[in-house]
Parts: sequence; structure tokens; C-alpha cells
Amino acid sequence: MTSWPGPLPGITRYPPSRHNSGANLLEINGLTRAYGSHKAIENISLSVAEGELVTIVGPSGCGKSTLMRCTAGLLTPTTGTVVLNGTVVTSVPDRVGAVFQDYSRSLYPWLSVVDNVALPLRRRERRRAARRKTALAALESVGLVGFEGRYPWQLSGGMQQRVAIARALAYDPVLLLMDEPFGSVDAQTREDLEDLVLRVRAERNITILLVTHDIDESVYTGDRVIVLSKGPGKVRAEVPVDLPAPRDQIATKELPEFAHLRAEVSRLVRGMRPPAAGSPPPRTAPAASGGWEAPGGG
Amino acid sequence: MKRLTGLAARLVVLAAAIGGWQLATRSGSNPYFLPPSTILSFMYHQWFDGPAGHLWLTSDATGNMLPSVGRMLAGLAIASLIGIALGVAIGRIRVLADLAEPLIHFGRAVPPPVAVPFFLFVFRLGTPMEIASIAFGVIWPVLVNTIDGARHVHPGQLETARAFRLGPVQRLVRVILPSAAPKILAGLRLGLAVSLIMMIVAEFVGGTDGIGREVATAQTTLDMPTIWGAIVFLGLLGIALNMIFAVVERRALAWQRGAARTE
Repeated sequence: MTSWPGPLPGITRYPPSRHNSGANLLEINGLTRAYGSHKAIENISLSVAEGELVTIVGPSGCGKSTLMRCTAGLLTPTTGTVVLNGTVVTSVPDRVGAVFQDYSRSLYPWLSVVDNVALPLRRRERRRAARRKTALAALESVGLVGFEGRYPWQLSGGMQQRVAIARALAYDPVLLLMDEPFGSVDAQTREDLEDLVLRVRAERNITILLVTHDIDESVYTGDRVIVLSKGPGKVRAEVPVDLPAPRDQIATKELPEFAHLRAEVSRLVRGMRPPAAGSPPPRTAPAASGGWEAPGGG
Repeated sequence: MKRLTGLAARLVVLAAAIGGWQLATRSGSNPYFLPPSTILSFMYHQWFDGPAGHLWLTSDATGNMLPSVGRMLAGLAIASLIGIALGVAIGRIRVLADLAEPLIHFGRAVPPPVAVPFFLFVFRLGTPMEIASIAFGVIWPVLVNTIDGARHVHPGQLETARAFRLGPVQRLVRVILPSAAPKILAGLRLGLAVSLIMMIVAEFVGGTDGIGREVATAQTTLDMPTIWGAIVFLGLLGIALNMIFAVVERRALAWQRGAARTE
């Protein structure tokens, strides 16, 4: 199909990683997490190269959030390891930013917008003025100039999620984890926020792991889509996304390649077999641990 | 407009009550019910007729009113600090809660005045015993409410704090305490009412000065103006403290009302 696009100014593009060594910022090896006897995720292995934006998509109940929380160091894996920058994650690592779905809980209603963004910086920067300056710059990059003195509950859902993104950016993360970040906002806002993430990612060359249940979003934003199967969550397939950059909500989604990719990912999410010959050929190798399953099965 | 007529109606009722009382008692036929005019004029001469250098307070006011209010505030402050500190610890640490809960249930069930004789033996007559009695009454509502508030910090708020590696002090000061603040303030408000009661009870039982002591003395000498003056003063003091508290609370919890409106 289309060749991998060349690097854009200020953007380092990596070809889809194939669990190759060295260059990977994040490596998850054989990760299993059980709650009692119930396994939420089982034997998940994946890697994310520096500068890459990997999306994880799967049906509800595939353990996406468990995977994210293990990666963030918030949950201890039952077996397997999370390796960030060559170091095994045993507690919450430094410089891993997080954006959660429930912005109304992850932003503190008693702090103003700028104080919310500046709060995590206290450990690194003693001077209040410097923290505030960093926070204001981050707010500016998400388009929230003039809202710093407001409180989160005075803003719309989309704006609150922008604050959460600004907080993660001000934190200057090497890895940004986004757990269904746009699951609670309307469609138009969602598209705006997707583009915002793509823009700041291009500007700052941040490595991002984004979990979503939205197939369009996984294809539109990702360099690579990892499809999880349902309970216990396993990697069913990895789909490289070789759509041209910069992505555009209308033009990109108009491309036949986009339609093919979203169809492919949809089938994978539903656990359907690839279509017979005549249709676009499947380019995806089923992951060894996932395998094909009956629709809705597993 | 509706608010204004409501306020007017309330003022009319208040004025009618005071006016009716004045008319009914003016003849002076009943030695126990004094007319409001007599009470107010007594209060003025007894407490607020002093030299300007003392902010017009008389020696009786500085010798009784100020010590009473000072002890009440001291007891309130001590109990608040201890109650909030213990409450946060118990609310956040499961083991502590399991161990301490029976004790707390017992402590809060004891009517505070019954502890006054105990403190009288421990501290003898005077200020330390009175402050201890007040603090003992105040600490339970503060403690119980703080435990409740600290225990129910939303898991998402705590997880965010962990994800961004807030230190223990930041987590306490920026997340747990503000989140528990509505409950803590509710506890303090209850404590405020208790502190006023315990101030008087402690002075009745073992005070050397103070409004409670004054009233206790007035009781033995049938000094009705002092008794009435104390009743009116304490009522007004309670209203004033509640109003100050309400203002502080409204400012401190502005975020809570705002957030509740939009949820």
C-alpha cells in the first residue's frame, strides 16, 4: 500500500516497531493482571518506540484500563514486566503524564485551572512564579489562554479535558498515557481534541499510548493500532497505520486507505475473520497470543 | 422582592415579640420577667459603659466576658487541631479506623458535661480545666466528621495524585484536606455550638470567673438582671459566631457549591 511518509519538519516519524530492541521507549512483556481468580489481561506484550503514537482499541471489558494502570505504575502486574527507558517499572515512574477519561475527578474542583496544571510541578520547581509560567505556557498550547483563573467546573467538558492535557504537557512527560481521554465529550469536541493531541505531539515529539474504544479514533490518531480481544484481554493483532501526515478530520477520513483500515480494525475488534479474496488484502498478521475467535467470544 | 418581603415579615415578628414582651412586663409586677429595656440598659451599664481606652468595656466585661470567650476559642482551637489531625489519620488508615472506632463511638456517646467533674479533679479550678472541658465536648463532632470526609476522598482524585507523584504533604494539603473540607467544616460548626454550652457548664461547675460564674453567683443572690443579661448576651454571641462561621464557610467552599451546580 502507501509507503511510509517521510519525516515532516519537526516531526520524527518511526516505522512501526516490531518489538525490535534498543529504540523502544516502552516495552511491555508478557503482562498479566488478575483480580483474584479473574484475569483482566493476559500475556500482553507490546512495545512503543520513542516518538510513536500507539493506540489500543478493544471491546469493553478487554482490560484496557488495567493495562494503562499497570503501565503507569498504578497497578502491580501479576506476572510480566513493564520496562520504561530500560528500567522495570515497580512504582509510578517519573515523567509519565496521564490523562484520564473522568476529567471531573482528575481535575481538582478546589483549585483554579492554572493551579491544577501547576500542582504536579511542585516537586521539581520550588519557585511558584516559574511553575505558574510553565503552566500558563501549557494552557496556551491547548488553546486556553485567559481561562487560567477559572475553576474546572466553570468550563465545558471539552475544555476541562484540555486542562487535563495541559497538566500532562506541563509535566513534560517522556511518555503520555491517555485512558479513553475523549470518551465523555461530544463528537465535534472529540475531533477537536484528537487534532489537538496530534498537534502537540508533533510540536513536542511526545511518545503517546492512547486507549480508546472508538475504532475511528484509533486509526485516525495512531501510527499503529493494537487490537485487544475480550476478557481476559490479549493482543489480537497489530495494525500499522500508514496514513499520510498531517492527518485531517475530513481529508484523511475520506481516503480509501482510512476506510480499509477502519474496516480491518473493526473486524479485529469484533473477532471476525478477514474477508475473502477480492476485497483489500489483509495486511495484518494475527498476534501469536491472540488468535482468531468467534464474534463476541473469548 | 420575595426576599425583601420575607425579611420585612421576619423583622415585624421580631419587633412584635420584643414589643409585646416590653408591654407585658412594663408594669414591673413580675420580678422574674424583666422588660427588654431594663435588660438592655443593665447590659450597657454592666459591660459596655467602660472607658474608651478599654474599647468601652467595663472591668466586669474584661474580667468575665473576655475570659469566657477566650477560653471558648482556645478549647475550640485545640479540639479542632487534634480532631482534624486524628480524623485524617483515622480516615485514611484502615487499621487505625478498625482499632479506634469502638473508642470513638463510646467517646462521642458520653454527654460532655458529665466529664467536667473529672477535669475538675485533674486540673483543679480555673482556666485549664475549663479549656479541657470545652475541648472534650468539641472534639467528637470534629473527629467523627473529619474521619468521614477523609475516608471518602474520591478514588479518581487520589489516583491522579499518585499518577503525578504528589508527595505526602502535597497529597494531604492539596487533595485530602480540601476534599474533606465540607465535612470538616460541618463538624466544626457542630463543635462551635457545643463549645458555647461547655463554656457555661464548665464555669458553673468550677469557674473562678467568666459569664457562667457570674450567672451562678447571680442565681444565689436572685440577681435577675445579670441572669437575663447573660441569656441575651450568649444568644447574640452565638448568632455572631455562626454568622462569622457561615461567611468563612461560604468562601472556603465556593468551589463545592459551584461544582455541585454543574454536576
